[in-house]
Amino acid sequence: MKPAPFVHHAPRTVPEAVAVLAQVGHDGKVLAGGQSLVPLLSMRLVTPGHLVDIGGVAGLDAVEVDEAGVRVGALVRHAGLERHAEAADALPLLRQAVRHVAHPAIRTRGTTVGSVAHADPAGEMPAVLALCRGTVEVAGPRGGREVAAADLFTGPMETTLEPDELAVAVRFERFPAGTRTAFAESARRRGDYALAGVALAVTLAGEEVTAARASFVSVTPVPDVLDLTPVLAGLALPELPAGEVAELVRGHVDPESDIHAPAEYRRMLAAELTVRALRGLRDEARAGAA
Amino acid sequence: MSGQAGSAAGAPGAEELLEVTLRVNGVSRTAGVPARRLLSDFLRHDLGLTGTHVGCEHGVCGACTVLLDGEPARACLVFAVSAQPHEVTTVEGLGSDPGALGPVQRAFLECHALQCGFCTPGFLTTVTAYLEDTPDPTEAEAREAISGNLCRCTGYQNIVSAVLRAAELRRGATPEPTP
Repeated sequence: MKPAPFVHHAPRTVPEAVAVLAQVGHDGKVLAGGQSLVPLLSMRLVTPGHLVDIGGVAGLDAVEVDEAGVRVGALVRHAGLERHAEAADALPLLRQAVRHVAHPAIRTRGTTVGSVAHADPAGEMPAVLALCRGTVEVAGPRGGREVAAADLFTGPMETTLEPDELAVAVRFERFPAGTRTAFAESARRRGDYALAGVALAVTLAGEEVTAARASFVSVTPVPDVLDLTPVLAGLALPELPAGEVAELVRGHVDPESDIHAPAEYRRMLAAELTVRALRGLRDEARAGAA
Repeated sequence: MSGQAGSAAGAPGAEELLEVTLRVNGVSRTAGVPARRLLSDFLRHDLGLTGTHVGCEHGVCGACTVLLDGEPARACLVFAVSAQPHEVTTVEGLGSDPGALGPVQRAFLECHALQCGFCTPGFLTTVTAYLEDTPDPTEAEAREAISGNLCRCTGYQNIVSAVLRAAELRRGATPEPTP
């Protein structure tokens, strides 16, 4: 099982990378960490004639934390984000989620931006980006632009990024003060693609919920956000209406059946994981209060 | 480094070769290979370092795990040409002299943590890197540390024991006498 022949390009700067992408058009593909792309190449599910290897491009490897959020450059590996204490302080959901991305030996190579651009519905980081209303910073021959998560994902492994554009960073936005987050997923084997997963953000004023939102892994075609506020607003977490939450999740998700699990099982799992994640936040809040 | 458009696609016989130089186990090695040469195949075919085993070739089994700058990585998911900035360590680099095995190798030997041995190189590299970060793991942590490596023979029990034993050996505990 070997990739088909391709021409390897090793640009040193973002403008060089964009120029090559513009030149090769639809026959080109960006190679960053390669942890999703190389298997697809080896199985010959994709056979681009040109790979634009951005591994040597300067200035893409920084994690920057400011008051608005966390900016992650295109060469930051999942493991680098996982280790980044300041990023985890600003946005605990990043570390909560990235630990679920495959295995350590994949996270040392795979990039967070690549995972977002790959737009696999089974990916954890697209769900996180959607939940925190993040954006992707794009460089292209027509200059730079920013794409909001809501405008990025159009379908499984499909985005609004053009073939001549390079995602140079993603920006994860901080949640409002008083927000607690959780991430939960279930897979047949540790590190494998999740059958279902959920990222959760609940904003509290005192003990009372003012907003609650969730995004999902492996059970929606794109990581769109479910607003749980209607069933949780005004309640304290101990009064969690588990049945109503589960019903809302079941109505939102749209899983497919495959060899690993039928759609109905995934739907139940997504609902159950959401309820459990909420209970986890409740217990955390209790422990914090005690 | 960039290839010329049009020379590669569709004509494997005429595929352009790139000169790839890697530092492997402290030694600089060069070979002319196509851009699509995976690091796993580069090590085995071009450098003759057959200690790195190739199992699933899509990142699932962990048999081809090597260290890039000390961090574990799947050699089947990295192109040789992309690995050039990194220091590569293969299982041969962990100690290839039977008289001077590294602590992880010794622990696997002592604990009978292998049967057919196919998956072993990937476990040895994975565990070596893991113990650098986590020198004193619990049994549960040891189990999680090897969760990205598949073994079809052992049932993992002895591999978990070996991870814990390797941690002891690294901390300088007296090695058990070899029978």
